[in-house]
Amino acid sequence: MRPFVENFPFFCIFLAMVAGIVLSAFRDGRKAYWISVAVTAVVAVLSAVLLVYLMENDRSFAYTMGRFPAPFGNELQVEPLGALLALTFSAVMGLSLLGGKTDLFADVPDAKQTLYFVMTNLLLASLLALIYTNDMFTGYVFLEISTIAACALVMAKDTGPNLMATIRYLFMSLLGSGLFLIGVALLYSITGHLLMPGLHDSVARLVETGQYQLPLTVIIALTTVGLGIKSAMYPFHGWLPGAHGSATTASSAILSGLVLKGYIVLMMNLLMRVFTLDALVKSGISDVVLVFGLLGMVMGSVRAMRETHIKRMLAYSSVAQVGYIFMGFGLGTEAGILASCLHILVHACTKPMLFCCAGRLSAVSGHHKNMANLRGSAHKDALAGIGFTVGALSMVGIPLLGGFVSKLHFASASLLRAEAMALTLLALAVSTVLNALYYVPAVLAIWSRPEGSRAPAGRDGEKPARDVPFLVSAVCFILAVFVLGAFYHPAIRAIEAGFRLT
Amino acid sequence: MSALLENRFAVTAVLLFGIGLANMLLQRNLIKKIVGFNIMDSAVFLLLASRGFVEGRVAPILTEGAADASRYINPIPSGLVLTGIVVSVSISAFSLALVQRIYRAYGTVEMNELLRRVKKEAD
Repeated sequence: MRPFVENFPFFCIFLAMVAGIVLSAFRDGRKAYWISVAVTAVVAVLSAVLLVYLMENDRSFAYTMGRFPAPFGNELQVEPLGALLALTFSAVMGLSLLGGKTDLFADVPDAKQTLYFVMTNLLLASLLALIYTNDMFTGYVFLEISTIAACALVMAKDTGPNLMATIRYLFMSLLGSGLFLIGVALLYSITGHLLMPGLHDSVARLVETGQYQLPLTVIIALTTVGLGIKSAMYPFHGWLPGAHGSATTASSAILSGLVLKGYIVLMMNLLMRVFTLDALVKSGISDVVLVFGLLGMVMGSVRAMRETHIKRMLAYSSVAQVGYIFMGFGLGTEAGILASCLHILVHACTKPMLFCCAGRLSAVSGHHKNMANLRGSAHKDALAGIGFTVGALSMVGIPLLGGFVSKLHFASASLLRAEAMALTLLALAVSTVLNALYYVPAVLAIWSRPEGSRAPAGRDGEKPARDVPFLVSAVCFILAVFVLGAFYHPAIRAIEAGFRLT
Repeated sequence: MSALLENRFAVTAVLLFGIGLANMLLQRNLIKKIVGFNIMDSAVFLLLASRGFVEGRVAPILTEGAADASRYINPIPSGLVLTGIVVSVSISAFSLALVQRIYRAYGTVEMNELLRRVKKEAD
């Protein structure tokens, strides 16, 4: 008899999915909104309990669905890292919904609001499934569910440019999942397994005997590129700025903070549980990933510098941050992947905060999205200004904030790969300087008073209305970034336990 | 030549995938792009289904209680293809709905024209 707490991963996925289905019968957008927020809160609490349980018992387990034994049934693999990611993802999704509430109800047409929350719940379910699944094909199915849900979140605003961004995103995503599916088909045909433990043994045997080396390399390349396209790896990032820049605030926050990470987590699970890092390095794919990651770090920041639209700037910054994560994978060492995991957590907390604060700043300054129109907007809502500043400084990598910790770990991880060390450290330095070059002017701009109007804000009686949900979400996000920056050891322990126990 | 014949399903799948991919990337018409995507998915399904096929065996449907595994093909890839088809149908439906909305907003489904309009709107 398994302890009751071990059913929680399944409960979380199932709860989010049922909530999505039930909400489609609702008419009232407000009710659906609060139910969705409650679902994310419940999932976060369940995941937190699970995380504590796993850490205390130093345990991981496979959860068979429907009690069919290993080669036939479907499994969830639960370890501390998965629980930590589930906790972060659900909490961030709830906070993004809170932070983007006002914009959300203004941007999404009344009749479509409940459908929006159907999609957020399905997205949460698919993200959790991508974290926990132990089966390649289940991974593919949830990949497609999250594609549809994410596209629906982008198009929710229902304006022309928005629809165009969605169709671009959709086609790129379909290409990515098509490549991933071929990878799965080929992998199945050379190993005869779909569950990750079985795959791991077969792949290890193939690597040992030297059979099927070429198909194996092609498979690693196909799955990596397929998931890379979906998570905006550098040369395939073209769809991202439009999709993330034009969507409503909550959608941008969820897409940038979580959806990209869902695919990256699946890729990480494949690397750790199926292909193993040795095979990755031996096939040479890790070097390609490293180069793409380094290019992304630099080019994403360069493009962000040239943007004046604040949300597109943040979107290009996401390209750069995803580049960091792929750089960690490309190093091909456990230390590199650990740094990537930390960066996934940090970016999942920081970027949604930046999007929510940017949304609020533009709301208090007449819904302008251009940097020039946002001058001095922080004085109209100080909390949004502080949130944006904290997020920007964390992205640049100021100590005590989350971004610093992950950059530190990237730097120390790169020391272990002597041949890539110089290049990696150089790219880290350049990218940090570039980050500072576009985030610091943005922060200065929102805090500087517009010339000519020295009067205190709100004198002409247009003091913006208070936004309590935003207040809650901004405070929680700021705290999360500080906690990750100052007290990051528990997170690292959970990640290490996750690696050890898989 | 015999290698080609032996792998005829895989070769066909690769050709189909190429055709689908080229259509998806190069066609200017959004509907044709979606058709291209469908061809691409069919290619993957063909590959997957052919991997489970064993020459001279039949689909694993039990008749008269004969449960002799050596008579049947591998059913798992067929099951995967079924799931894949469901996924592909839903994606096609979603994309076609999206194209419909685009047509309502702009009155065209030609990519060049659409990009021009979006650019004009942004200026």
